[in-house]
Amino acid sequence: MYPVSELIKNLADQHGRDRHNLLPILQGVVEQEKYLSEYSMIEIARELDLPASEVFGTATFYSFLEYKKMGKYIIRICKTITCSMKGKNQILLAIEDMLKINVGGTTPDGNFSLLQSNCLGFCHKAPAMLINNEVYTDLTAEKVREILSAYLKKK
Amino acid sequence: MEMVNLIIDHKPVVVRKGSTVLEAASGIGIDIPTLCYMKLDDMNIENKPGGCRVCVVEVKGRRNLAPACCTEASEGMEISTHTIRVVNARRTVVELILSDHPAECLICAKSGNCDLQNMANHLGIRKIHYQGEHSVYREDTSPAIIREINKCIMCRRCETMCNDVQTIGVLSAVNRGFQAVVSPAFEMNLDHSVCTYCGQCVAVCPTGALTEVDETGAVIRALSDPSKTVIVQTAPAVRAALGEEFGMPAGTLVTGKMVAALRRLGFDYVFDTDFAADLTILEEGTELLNRLSAFMAGDQQVKLPILTSCCPAWVKFFEHHFPELKDIPSTARSPQQMFGSIAKTYFADKIGVKRENLVVVSIMPCLAKKYESSRPEFSVNGNPDVDFALSTRELAHLINLSNIDFKSLQNEDFDAPMGESTGAGVIFGTTGGVIEAAVRTAYEIFTGKQLPRLDFEELRGMDGLRKATIDFNGTPINIGIAHGLGNARKLLEEIQAGTSEFHAIEIMSCPGGCIGGGGQPYHHGDSEILKKRQRAIYSEDQNKTIRKSHENPYITKLYEEFLGAPLSEKSHHLLHTKYFDRS
Repeated sequence: MYPVSELIKNLADQHGRDRHNLLPILQGVVEQEKYLSEYSMIEIARELDLPASEVFGTATFYSFLEYKKMGKYIIRICKTITCSMKGKNQILLAIEDMLKINVGGTTPDGNFSLLQSNCLGFCHKAPAMLINNEVYTDLTAEKVREILSAYLKKK
Repeated sequence: MEMVNLIIDHKPVVVRKGSTVLEAASGIGIDIPTLCYMKLDDMNIENKPGGCRVCVVEVKGRRNLAPACCTEASEGMEISTHTIRVVNARRTVVELILSDHPAECLICAKSGNCDLQNMANHLGIRKIHYQGEHSVYREDTSPAIIREINKCIMCRRCETMCNDVQTIGVLSAVNRGFQAVVSPAFEMNLDHSVCTYCGQCVAVCPTGALTEVDETGAVIRALSDPSKTVIVQTAPAVRAALGEEFGMPAGTLVTGKMVAALRRLGFDYVFDTDFAADLTILEEGTELLNRLSAFMAGDQQVKLPILTSCCPAWVKFFEHHFPELKDIPSTARSPQQMFGSIAKTYFADKIGVKRENLVVVSIMPCLAKKYESSRPEFSVNGNPDVDFALSTRELAHLINLSNIDFKSLQNEDFDAPMGESTGAGVIFGTTGGVIEAAVRTAYEIFTGKQLPRLDFEELRGMDGLRKATIDFNGTPINIGIAHGLGNARKLLEEIQAGTSEFHAIEIMSCPGGCIGGGGQPYHHGDSEILKKRQRAIYSEDQNKTIRKSHENPYITKLYEEFLGAPLSEKSHHLLHTKYFDRS
């Protein structure tokens, strides 16, 4: 058995196998795997006895449920108005320059993916970004380079 | 029962608690326009995502307009259904939908039958004030159904049919916002999915987003090719619905006019699929009796119940979802395929035409028949037994195209030999009909006695799941009937669990059977139309002189001259098939 099948089985045991348990199971897989592969979505569909189309439909609806292969660290820059007005574009350029990827891309070593997100709720500390579940606020180009350097060392 | 009082357009109305504003209004004759909403009364299925907002009404004391289809009527409510504010909102909503809809109405397959077009007309929209982005999505073509998602308005009716009625679950809304589309899992094409091609999604699609593969052009080319002999077969359900396409009331039988029209179109021989239905009964009925006798003699190897196999969507369904049961359905091919196979051997020899020069066209109430005729096991050296399967709607197009005044045609008869059929063949077109036809023949062969009556009312009706026990001269035979794949699934799960009490089960994929097929004139969810078509089918059966398949003289002759006996080696080769595990 693939480890992901085991993970899905455990998640289903933990949350239940009803239709309304789909979301926590999808989140559980994303937490471990960073994204939902076709294989995991089919396995989840089988485990919960749901059509695969419905699992895929749910996964594609929520922006934090990735269904394309993602890097170990997913960087999400808030793209909404306040962050934009407070210099989000400079932050984005700094990251793109440092990691040599564009929005939507993943570094060749599979460590970083760069995405934009809707409002993270940190307008008062804009611009803001997330790296996995960690929030970084009051960003400047300088600050973002420091943060990424730390991650680059960590990996 | 708790009731609530409310006022709609100044009229007081009392409704059951839990009713929607839409239901309350229609109860007093106020017609609130709807677009995405769909109600299938008999199946207790409702599609009301509240997505299109066309049915909005004004509720006194409420700031926003409320969608009538999914707003519950409550005590003291005061509703206005057509104030200026409401009408303007409806127009805005439809204009916004149209702003992202291809303006191809002139050449769209759904033109004239399109709910969106009708709505735009109803609201008198002559200009679209909103210019915005257009969604672009690839076109997906399968052997039977075309998806043109650019024309989709996200009403989700197809999803309701696919998921709730048929329990196939191929279609689901995927992505979000402007990118949202209805699609199979992983946005794969239909032909890679477990779609059965039942066509019920096409039957309810309000726009041209889901349509059948149009083969009328290819048929016209064949008809105008002097080197080809073109023959046609017509399925039983077609004659009970074709008239609707020409403005005749639902339930008008147009068998004679249909034959006349097909002759005018230039078909060399006009035959009847009912002939092949009679043949199916002899093959399938004999198979049933063999299995039954072996079972009663104590043979543990024999698998019961026997399931009918005429419906191609149903065949694809069990191949995908219940492959372990693939030995249970009868191995008999469907009437369409039996016809094709006999036409290209027996009949081709009889008229001295080579297989390659004989073109078999079938007129079917069904879209899955297109898929069925394309299955590789039903062709010989790349030449299919059935070349083209047209839907009832496509036949109507052909008739219109050829300037035939359908309503004024004089009745004509089918050609011999493959146009002769019995009443048993006719009732194949409705739920319960195949098994009733089988009972008529199996009873007489099994008991050696004449049937005391021919109408088995206990097998008829419109309930999704029915059962009856027929007394075979002291031997009780339990019969199950399901229409709609969701109901079929229930019977199959019983078989899987070993709790099935049936000896024989009839399954048809479409609600109502073939009369409600995906290729029939659009009935827009009105089940009364299905009941009228059903009555028409039974009345044709009543009026036939011969009503038992084994008494069809041309079938007897076919066995004498060509096949030998039911389940003979030749029959096996030409009239039976095998099923594949597609799980």
